[in-house]
Amino acid sequence: MSAAIKERSRKEYKAQEERLRAVWANPAGWRYWTSVNNYQIGLWYGSAAFVFMLFAGALALLMRLQLAVPDNDFLSADLFNQAFTLHGTVMMFLFAVPIFEAVAIFLLPPMLGAREMPFPRLGAFGFWSFFLGGIFVCGSIFFNAAPSSGWFMYPPLATDKELSGIGADIWLLGLSFIEVASIAAAIELIVGIMKCRAPGMRINLMPLFAWYLLIVAGMILFAFPPLIAGDLLFEMERMFDWPFFDAARGGNPLLWQHLFWIFGHPEVYIIFLPAVALMAMIVPTFSQRPIVGYSWIVLAAVGTGFLSFGLWVHHMFATGLPQISLAFFSAASEAVAIPTGVQIFVFIATMLAGRVIFSTPMLFGTGGLAIFVIGGLTGVMVALAPFDWQAHDTYFVVAHLHYVLIGGMLFPVVAGLYYYYPLIEAKKLSDRLGRLAFWLMFCGFNIAFFPMHLSGLRGMPRRVFTYPAEIGWDWLNLISTAGAFIFAAGVLVVVFDVLRPKHREPRGEVNPWNAGTLEWISEPEENWGVRSIPIVRSRYPLWDQKDLARKVNEGRYYLPDAEEGQREGLVTSVLDADPIQVLRVGGTSHVTIVSALSLGAAFIALTFHWWIATALAAIICLCAVIYWLWTGTAEIPEKPEKDVGLGLSLPLYASGPDSVGWWAMFITMVGDGTAFASLVFGYFFYWTIHADFTEGIAGPDAVWSLAAAILFAAAWGLMVAARTINRRGATPAMRGLLVLSLLTTVAASAAGFAGPWSPGMDPTSHVYPAIVWILVIWVLAHAAVGTLMQAYCLARSLAGRLTPKHDMDLSNVVLYWHFLLVTAVITFAVIGLFPAAM
Amino acid sequence: MRLIPKEVETLWTLFTAPVVWIAHFLVCYIGAAIYCAKPELVGLSFSAVRAGIAAATVIALSLIALSAWLAWRQWGFGTDDPPHDDPTSRDRSLFQGFATLLLSGLSFIAVIFTAMPALFLTECIR
Repeated sequence: MSAAIKERSRKEYKAQEERLRAVWANPAGWRYWTSVNNYQIGLWYGSAAFVFMLFAGALALLMRLQLAVPDNDFLSADLFNQAFTLHGTVMMFLFAVPIFEAVAIFLLPPMLGAREMPFPRLGAFGFWSFFLGGIFVCGSIFFNAAPSSGWFMYPPLATDKELSGIGADIWLLGLSFIEVASIAAAIELIVGIMKCRAPGMRINLMPLFAWYLLIVAGMILFAFPPLIAGDLLFEMERMFDWPFFDAARGGNPLLWQHLFWIFGHPEVYIIFLPAVALMAMIVPTFSQRPIVGYSWIVLAAVGTGFLSFGLWVHHMFATGLPQISLAFFSAASEAVAIPTGVQIFVFIATMLAGRVIFSTPMLFGTGGLAIFVIGGLTGVMVALAPFDWQAHDTYFVVAHLHYVLIGGMLFPVVAGLYYYYPLIEAKKLSDRLGRLAFWLMFCGFNIAFFPMHLSGLRGMPRRVFTYPAEIGWDWLNLISTAGAFIFAAGVLVVVFDVLRPKHREPRGEVNPWNAGTLEWISEPEENWGVRSIPIVRSRYPLWDQKDLARKVNEGRYYLPDAEEGQREGLVTSVLDADPIQVLRVGGTSHVTIVSALSLGAAFIALTFHWWIATALAAIICLCAVIYWLWTGTAEIPEKPEKDVGLGLSLPLYASGPDSVGWWAMFITMVGDGTAFASLVFGYFFYWTIHADFTEGIAGPDAVWSLAAAILFAAAWGLMVAARTINRRGATPAMRGLLVLSLLTTVAASAAGFAGPWSPGMDPTSHVYPAIVWILVIWVLAHAAVGTLMQAYCLARSLAGRLTPKHDMDLSNVVLYWHFLLVTAVITFAVIGLFPAAM
Repeated sequence: MRLIPKEVETLWTLFTAPVVWIAHFLVCYIGAAIYCAKPELVGLSFSAVRAGIAAATVIALSLIALSAWLAWRQWGFGTDDPPHDDPTSRDRSLFQGFATLLLSGLSFIAVIFTAMPALFLTECIR
């Protein structure tokens, strides 16, 4: 009897496993590339970023060859300019930031005990955007059309079409496109970490990697939008001659520097923190004990995240700002050393308290941190304004930034590669090759970059393509070049180690390093992340919950099955991770690729001013996105609840703040609001630098502006009312209100347009009309998206996909309208009333 | 009406002190930048700017001190030692309290750092 039951349950177990495997399986053949699974996306993302890194590294070697001897003519000045611009751009935008997104997408779901990120198709869309944008930017050098004004694109050099050519447009549009991918990743990460952890994984038990990534994703949300706003102004100047950075017409190049570095300095920490996050996973494993000072790491991550936003002007110490302004930023730059130091001490304490196994990952990790500490110390030096005035724009800064970035980012990433490689292929990389690579890279790095401190102090400016012989820089540069090639040899050893065929080696164990965190129960052969979603009771569940791995793999926890043939995960509460909902996520799809490629095509066509192609691509992209939303989001489930196992039944649908979609909208709009705030900052920036910033030009008509603000408020009120009465079941009235709100929005937009149009403000004449127009255009573009959303909700309601109980779409759209209301009211109040008040 | 807020269950309190720091930082920076760009706007001297920074600093430090006290209370006034890694709501709350307290400390120091230039600088030199 009991044997029969066992046989039946064994069969049932097999059937469950088969169903689950089928649901998560990848398509075969070329359709493989339509996969949206976090495992494949993470791997492609990481590989692409790595290839871009090798490309940018090759450019660096060309530069080093050129600089090896004085008066060299290996590269022309122009090609040298393209090489260093592309080197910096690619390393920052196509390697350092994306590689962490890749690692996070790959690692987070298994680490949090989740099946998938909450928006897998968004992740795939982000990857394809990144990939296409990256190829576009990198490829430009083969047509001698790469950007050549340095990776931070300072105007007026970069706004001069004669001097900068099409390269600057490629930079601006290619990178704007990639920034879209970064923000997509930030949304995915924040929602994933806050809402999709395994049940029981309270915030005090969350892996430190997740803590870091949460902070970093939040930083992306506030750091990238100012750059997007800056790109917008920049491209308007280059394309339509709006004088935002042209001093002759009231513009100012310093605004670009502000916007760029409000992005650029947090960016350094956006790169650094995930790398330390890897260390926070590696150090406990090889010390075989929990991390010492978990809360202190959280302090450091959050503290660095905030303080890093108070540092941007330290890139502008030499621009002639008032000394008190410099001093504020100098102070904050010194303060950020505190949380940065805390992390290093936490790692040292953990190593001292445990028994350290000096494996290859530890070697890369600790070696990297040693390099980073040197870079950090020179950072404290250049944070002092008087010292910076001496070192500014010299090789000292080049040395400093490479010590910080290579020590704080590249070495830990290689450590992570050696550590996590068994999750990719179930085999370790070679320990012998790893050590060889480490010593080549470590020695090569120091030989290459340490002398740059000295050449910098001897006055060698960065970005010169050659130098005369008798000036005292030659042997320092020769040493640097030799070091660079040794370093590159080390990198090649790593590449060889990854690429060499390993099929003869036996399959390794599942958790080869005896690590304590959840990602180590996932098997590379399976696509489902975890066989069943466990209950977590420890920071290091594999160390403390002895039979966890076995029970997970026997399907004894939540969601061991996929009866309805849907990809499912759990949504849990933010603080205590109590299960609250079953989340159905999108599966394999073409629509992500179509939308990314069409969006990319629109950006590329824009670069070459092919207006019709741009419009066509944009329309295709819009259709693809609408199709994506219509067929893949806010689906009404076939039943309200579902049994998830262990006697628990959870709802299949949530709306409003309970739903992940609402949070995604909220986070997107916070980023969007930051970009808007940057434009408003621009408006007031122009006000401060001029005695009369309107230059006597008549401003937008106050009555029209006021009318626009009031009409937008009315449209918003109608949207809120529509949501409320829909919940009461009055569907026809809701539809009526939607139509009314749509018409009001159109009227509001017309009034907003009439504001600057009626006095005939010409945006090319002076910066004042230009900044007014850009604010109005920003609102109008958002209003246009708002009307699309209203029409979409109407269509959903008519199609029966939006009901009084299932109103996720409407609820998210109303959230969008909250933000639109704030944007519109601020804009029209500022442009309509401020000039009169002054 | 109570003077001291009740204990709340949210993640956001963790960020109170750093948010105060950033607000203080922006007030100081923007205030000084506007003054140095348009000194005639309000017709005050640089001493007034310094006094303003001092006032902002006192307010910021008081708010951070309050946040620290609330965090100390959430931490159970230090009755338990870290690591706070039990799978209970209580330990989760203690962890939040402790981390918030640490962040309050860092923010307190950072606010003082930011305010210090106003001690030494007496004019808008460039």
